[in-house]
Amino acid sequence: MNALSETWSWLTTADHWTGGAGVFARLVQHLQLSAEALLLAGVVAIPLALILGHVGRGSWLVVSLANASRAVPVLAVLVLLVLRMGIGDRPVVYALAIFAFPPMVTNTYAGVRGVDPEVRDAARGLGLSGNQMLRRVELPLALPLIAAGVRTAAVQVVATATIAAIVGSGGLGRFIVDGFQTNDYGQLVSGVLVVALLALAIELTLGAAERRLDPLQR
Amino acid sequence: MGPWWSADFFTQRAAEIEAATREHVILTLIAVGIGLAISLPLAVLAHRRTWLATPLLAISGAIYTIPSLALFALLLPWTGLSRTTVEVGLVGYTLLILIRNTLTGLSGVPVDVVDAARGMGYGSRRLLFRVELPLALPAIIAGVRVATVSTIALVTVGAEVSNGGLGRLILQGLQDEYPAEAVGASVLCVGLALVADLLLVVVQRLATPWARQR
Repeated sequence: MNALSETWSWLTTADHWTGGAGVFARLVQHLQLSAEALLLAGVVAIPLALILGHVGRGSWLVVSLANASRAVPVLAVLVLLVLRMGIGDRPVVYALAIFAFPPMVTNTYAGVRGVDPEVRDAARGLGLSGNQMLRRVELPLALPLIAAGVRTAAVQVVATATIAAIVGSGGLGRFIVDGFQTNDYGQLVSGVLVVALLALAIELTLGAAERRLDPLQR
Repeated sequence: MGPWWSADFFTQRAAEIEAATREHVILTLIAVGIGLAISLPLAVLAHRRTWLATPLLAISGAIYTIPSLALFALLLPWTGLSRTTVEVGLVGYTLLILIRNTLTGLSGVPVDVVDAARGMGYGSRRLLFRVELPLALPAIIAGVRVATVSTIALVTVGAEVSNGGLGRLILQGLQDEYPAEAVGASVLCVGLALVADLLLVVVQRLATPWARQR
């Protein structure tokens, strides 16, 4: 089997990198879909979890969200949303956002709940109001865990965006799905490599960013 | 487009649904089984030789990061439309969860207990099987639960490249624009995950009778 040489010749063909269906264009699509979904989920998940953590309620919601997100197949959500809304970017962004939501909620909540009670007492003793406590004590201390949640969500979103190619979405998953359907193993393996590298790069970049955000280790 | 829910789907296509569910269960069992067979010895080894833990977690973490469709497709040129193609990917995702949980469980065994067992003349093999592994069991089974539930969800993606159990029906529902099929198969899939999780909770309770009081 010379899938490796096919891959090499696919990767070294300039036409496969440029143009509307090239690697660069697909990469931009992939990142756009992912960023939109991450943003959409983040603006809801993080404030919600901050408030829940601050008042110390809703742990059942957080736990069941985390469990449910593991049991519900990504493919099922993608297919159902596409059936509901038609093929396009919108159902894909929503599906990605659904799976970005739980890790951000869980981590933000854990971050706020994990603030040392003595620190909280000290802040209260200094006369901080609930609102000030959330903004100036709990949020900064929870930041490393929030960042970890965003990183987990981002990796999840990038992976899900790949699967979205099965239901007709753009992005880097196209190379895998199209390569499979046309028996073009060079394209398929190239797609696998590009997608894997992107996921690892995102994980490593966000991991480094996360360590810089920790106020106690700076 | 068809309805979103139909009892007829379950009765008229019972044989097909049963076959898909059976395949789903088998794919999951094999994946978690092989995952355990690889992870347990590696984690035990890394517990003894601690320098191994970091590279082991880094490698399994890297595999875990790779999108499932990519991992499933990776072997396709070589193993083709076989069950192996999907199974290798599924096993790959269980490794991080199982290794990490086993390591956590083993390192959570109190030093006093290990010392006491050594003082009673336990060799390292007996120490492992009679003391360390039993005490690590709750953490290991917790890992098996997470691995099983996520594998059941992941199997569906396998339908795109070869075997995917209920995932096949989900995709069929999309192609036929018959939502009831996709909904029905999805519900079965989530139900399967819930049942598996409950069974493992029972296993955990039976396997660790000493923890039942808490």
